[in-house]
Amino acid sequence: MESVIEAANLQKTFDGIKAVDGVSFRVLRGECFGILGPNGAGKTSTIRMIYGFSPMTGGSLDVFGLDIRTDWRTIRSKIGVCQQDNNLDPELTVLENLFVFARYFDVRRKDALGRARRYLAFMALDHRRESQVLELSGGMLRRLMIVRALINEPDLLILDEPTTGLDPQSRHQVWERLEELRSRGLSILLTTHYMDEASRLCDRLIIMDHGRILVEGNPADLIREHAGKEIIEIPNPRHEIRELVREKMPDYEDLGHRLVIYLDEREKSFQEIRSYLRAEGCIMRMATLEDVFLRLTGRDLRE
Amino acid sequence: MTAGRNIFHYVSRRLWRVWQRNWTVYRKNWKISFLPPLLEPLLYLLAFGVGLSALVGTVRYGGKDISYIEFIAPALIAVNIMYNAFFETTYASYVRMYYQKTFDAMMATPLSLEEIIIGEIVWGATKAVIATLIMMAVISGFGLISYPGGFVIIPLAVLGGLAFGAIGMTFTAIVKGIDLFNLPIFLFITPMFLFGGTFFPLEALPSWARNPAFLFPLTHLVNSVREFAGGAPGPLSMWGVLYLVAFTLVFLPLSVLKMRRRLIH
Repeated sequence: MESVIEAANLQKTFDGIKAVDGVSFRVLRGECFGILGPNGAGKTSTIRMIYGFSPMTGGSLDVFGLDIRTDWRTIRSKIGVCQQDNNLDPELTVLENLFVFARYFDVRRKDALGRARRYLAFMALDHRRESQVLELSGGMLRRLMIVRALINEPDLLILDEPTTGLDPQSRHQVWERLEELRSRGLSILLTTHYMDEASRLCDRLIIMDHGRILVEGNPADLIREHAGKEIIEIPNPRHEIRELVREKMPDYEDLGHRLVIYLDEREKSFQEIRSYLRAEGCIMRMATLEDVFLRLTGRDLRE
Repeated sequence: MTAGRNIFHYVSRRLWRVWQRNWTVYRKNWKISFLPPLLEPLLYLLAFGVGLSALVGTVRYGGKDISYIEFIAPALIAVNIMYNAFFETTYASYVRMYYQKTFDAMMATPLSLEEIIIGEIVWGATKAVIATLIMMAVISGFGLISYPGGFVIIPLAVLGGLAFGAIGMTFTAIVKGIDLFNLPIFLFITPMFLFGGTFFPLEALPSWARNPAFLFPLTHLVNSVREFAGGAPGPLSMWGVLYLVAFTLVFLPLSVLKMRRRLIH
């Protein structure tokens, strides 16, 4: 498979602090690749090196087979970036924003108009073409950011937390549109804090922490491998229950006020302790990527 | 992108894309943007030309007696060049850089940081030229500029605009917050406005006060604009232009270097 990004031993140091500490991964053409991690894990630093915003401290990084250090202009002309901040021009209308941005890529005005119409319709913003950016809602701004990132018809779309701060309706709409873009063969690189977003969109992903990659794989495999199939959560466990779990369960976490049990063979273990737990208000659910994430990166706050 | 390389290595014709972005925004508000350079000189001419002139009478300048209004009209153009370029690359550029994150957005496109910064400075100079053209039209209406020499004021506005735009951008690259622009305005812009040979001839000052005034870029811009407006350019203009070129050649690269340090991590 042809890769659009090849990062090998990528490093980034700020004032002596290693934000990215030897990261290697490949993003294949046509896939959606996710970078997950708590705040300060090095996600945004990694992404900024990929679009040539931050110079790398060490390692090698090829995008479309070109070296980012020398061919950054060519690389940037073929990627679309939706940054974390909605840095649209507040003094301009929706359409003017797109025209101004298209000019940076030397897209002719006639082509820019065609693309703007097409992608605005695609992102359900067609009716707001003449609106001032300041009048748009948060969800609309985010969608406009994605339209703007598509205006140069990129081969790679980079999304830094595309749905942070959006209401559920807007998030689902954005996800649907991104799935549509992926099905058309666009390669996508995305960072997110939302595990449901990553599970739904990513073909493969990495979870980073402290500038390093903890795991890499597709979401379903990672869940099976690191969190099992199902999960029982027991809030405020009594002493006897805690003892029972300690005795019978090979894989669990004791959070003090809550026990989290990771199950592989559902029937046997669950039935066995079920009768004991019935009165405890325990919760049984499918394992998710969030369980994997919390197990691997810990539950301490990152601020 | 790589720090340490010659800044002009990363500058292409794309810097006009940055200029075009600002022009697009300017055109939307041109009716408001037009008013200050149109009204301000009229107010000054009224206050100084009619009010103060009666007290001052004539001024001895360049070995000739000229009316006070003839003396200060070109200085008002020079001051406006300074204000337009300096305020554009300080407050306006800072808002684009820090609050609107316009530079961040541009840096995800084929534009280089060097093109963005120099494009902003060139835009600052453009604002200075626009203001100059409006003021020249008004002041010429009173017969205070002699042509064709007066046309040289236009390239002087380009040069002065680049010089003040570049130093403004240097401050933008180093200030911690937008309120701190008060400092260069209080310590640098206002003293020049008052003591740059604008409202009275520098010969009126004792030498200890006169000589430092020649460090001010505004002094040189005032001298050059005044000589060309009066139709008799001499050595003062030549030195003035040379000083402004040198000033630009120092502060334009400096502003880019400082901006690299601020924005590229």
